Amino acid sequence: MSELLTKLHAFWSALTTYWISLPFAWQLTLKSLAGIVAIMLPLILTVAYLTLAERRIIGFMQVRMGPNRVGPWGLLQPFADVLKLVFKEVILPTNANRFLFITAPVISISTAFAAWAVIPFSNGVMLSNANAGLLYILALTSFGVYGIILSGWASNSKYAFLGAMRSAAQMVSYEIAMGFALVGVLMASQSLNLNDIVLAQNGGFSHWFWLPLLPLFVIYFISGVAETNRAPFDVAEGESEIVAGFHVEYSGTAFAAFFLAEYANMILISALAATLFWGGWLSPVQGWHFLEDTPLAFLVHTSFIWFAVKTCVFLYAFLWFRATFPRYRYDQIMRLGWKVFIPITILWLVLEGVAIVLKIPPWFA
Amino acid sequence: MPEIQNFTMNFGPQHPAAHGVLRLVLEMDGEVITKADPHIGLLHRATEKLAESKPYNQSIGYMDRLDYVSMMCNEHAYVMAIEKLLGIEPPIRAQYIRVMFDELTRITNHLLWLGAHGLDIGAMTVFLYCFREREDIMDMYEAVSGARMHATYYRPGGVYRDLPECMPQYQKSRFRSKGDIRRMNQARQGSLLDFIEDFTRRFPQCVDEYEVLLTDNRIWKQRTVGIGVVTPERALQLGFSGPMLRGSGIEWDLRKKQPYAVYEQMDFDIPVGMNGDCYDRYLVRIEEMRQSNHIVRQCINWLRKNPGPVSLEDHKVTPPRREQMKSDMESLIHHFKYMTEGYGVPAGEVYAAIEHPKGEFGIYMISDGANKPFRVKIRAAGFAHLAALDEMVRGHMLADLVAIIGTQDIVFGEVDR
Repeated sequence: MSELLTKLHAFWSALTTYWISLPFAWQLTLKSLAGIVAIMLPLILTVAYLTLAERRIIGFMQVRMGPNRVGPWGLLQPFADVLKLVFKEVILPTNANRFLFITAPVISISTAFAAWAVIPFSNGVMLSNANAGLLYILALTSFGVYGIILSGWASNSKYAFLGAMRSAAQMVSYEIAMGFALVGVLMASQSLNLNDIVLAQNGGFSHWFWLPLLPLFVIYFISGVAETNRAPFDVAEGESEIVAGFHVEYSGTAFAAFFLAEYANMILISALAATLFWGGWLSPVQGWHFLEDTPLAFLVHTSFIWFAVKTCVFLYAFLWFRATFPRYRYDQIMRLGWKVFIPITILWLVLEGVAIVLKIPPWFA
Repeated sequence: MPEIQNFTMNFGPQHPAAHGVLRLVLEMDGEVITKADPHIGLLHRATEKLAESKPYNQSIGYMDRLDYVSMMCNEHAYVMAIEKLLGIEPPIRAQYIRVMFDELTRITNHLLWLGAHGLDIGAMTVFLYCFREREDIMDMYEAVSGARMHATYYRPGGVYRDLPECMPQYQKSRFRSKGDIRRMNQARQGSLLDFIEDFTRRFPQCVDEYEVLLTDNRIWKQRTVGIGVVTPERALQLGFSGPMLRGSGIEWDLRKKQPYAVYEQMDFDIPVGMNGDCYDRYLVRIEEMRQSNHIVRQCINWLRKNPGPVSLEDHKVTPPRREQMKSDMESLIHHFKYMTEGYGVPAGEVYAAIEHPKGEFGIYMISDGANKPFRVKIRAAGFAHLAALDEMVRGHMLADLVAIIGTQDIVFGEVDR
């Protein structure tokens, strides 16, 4: 036993010396890689179980069971789905542009995952503490739409093409409203760094930005639903209209990539809504000192738990929308974006500016 | 630079919103439809021709399969045509049973329409809510005829048999606990009439539930108000009937205007729309479900108080009882003749039409006196409606096309026949 321990110790010291001997750039790369794995693995698992949760929760809302046969309560269903999709052939349509046809799902999924780099999971716990985090998120989420547009164009199918057109129309109408909503957050927090944005909301439930920026939050979340192509804004895939829209020609792993990207984006939008408007990892019962000596003390402290809970609430809203609303027509979506959301955001930004100048407490003091 | 042209798109027949086998060749200007050309015949089964080669009774089953979501209504028109030619009238109790099942069928049809229409427009949950209630009506079909859909329950001279005194029960299984079984069987303890009465008591709340999800929903209204408008004059010219005509504001209902069976005794209203758009037709059908429910309740009350025969005792057109056949030579002969040769029908022509859930469903029948019809022509409501599709969708967007197909309540079994 002691022999083993000494061996382990020797191995460990060898490893640390090796680590110190590495050039700084290498150390950074390895650290980042470890961080990426630490984010990606749980994220992919969450996506897998989000698909199951969606089917079970919507099933519950629609007085039916949902998948409950693979594993206990259907818990292995996501893996069965993955296996099925992985073993299917990726069919390349004859007239498709091969390069773009393959690139499109890659763009979709890589942007959906890359955006997670700047999300703070807890105080300071993020892959990259980028100062322009908010801009980075905006850039990547808009870039993800190219995956959809390219896939629709590259498939060389009329249905996919219509899906791509709709997606483009949706993007131009929602990106701006979403951007303006985020400008409101930027003004209130005086920072583009997501960690700083959360810290700016410190002080309990009423200090979070949802209250002063309520219209912006609502617009941000609705735009987020539109951005992720979820019901009632799922016109780009509009099942009953254009069959599956942009991914009508995709199968197997390529389809799975789009699917994965959609769900990763849903989680991202929920996490962002929690971070930007609902205090991220801050506790809503912050300052409830009477809880300190009880087993519930952990609730008072800022922690990852609160971030996860808030994200889940918004994810539930995504599913709830899907079970409740009919689908918009795409010109109606544009009307909503241009004629309703953009004027409201602009108006609210002006009001917010006035509030900042007047230093209205507690948010703008 | 090449000239910019409209593109042609093939919509269906394997399209999720094609309602079966509709194939449309669309000419599109971007998302806007400039022309829609419906192609039919993918579900053609030559029902009219088949009926010419079979004794009258053997075609009743084909009628179920015409509009396969309102089975008994189709049968009703067919047996009414035969009865008119034979000059017989079924017993009054049979007529009440027919009216009750016609109205239950109207409810199933409208439930399927509402579910499919909702699904077309993206409201997924309504579909499953509707199917929950539809399941109960399927159970009533099963209890009365033995088949969940294609009942073959109406016969010339009455109905196949009287309403059963007990309902089939759910059995315990690996997936259903005792409590579940008790809850599911709660309404099934008594007779079929008890079960139907329980359903009519529950059903108005169910309709409220669908309406909560749709009627005042802004998105639903944006998707249906002003879409596929048909003026009353144009609706008449196009040969519309049923909710499509009433949605345009014309109060026309064969149950009131040319009452058949016992509809004269029934108290009900005809809902009519104002604008002739998808939303009005939606409201008309929702109200029709409530009215049908009301009619069913009246039938239940009458049927409870008035037992009696449900089929004529004239064994030339209805089969004799099996007990009689065991001892009575004449009954045995009747049975043999009825089951093999069928019955001869006096020569003549007849048109029998009923208010089908989709519109006027008529059977035009010519008899040359033989045991088979000389010619059967089926007037399906959906055919005229589909013919107007092009006119209704022109200038609308692709998404509206789907809403309009939904509002027409097209079923290809009856369009293609």
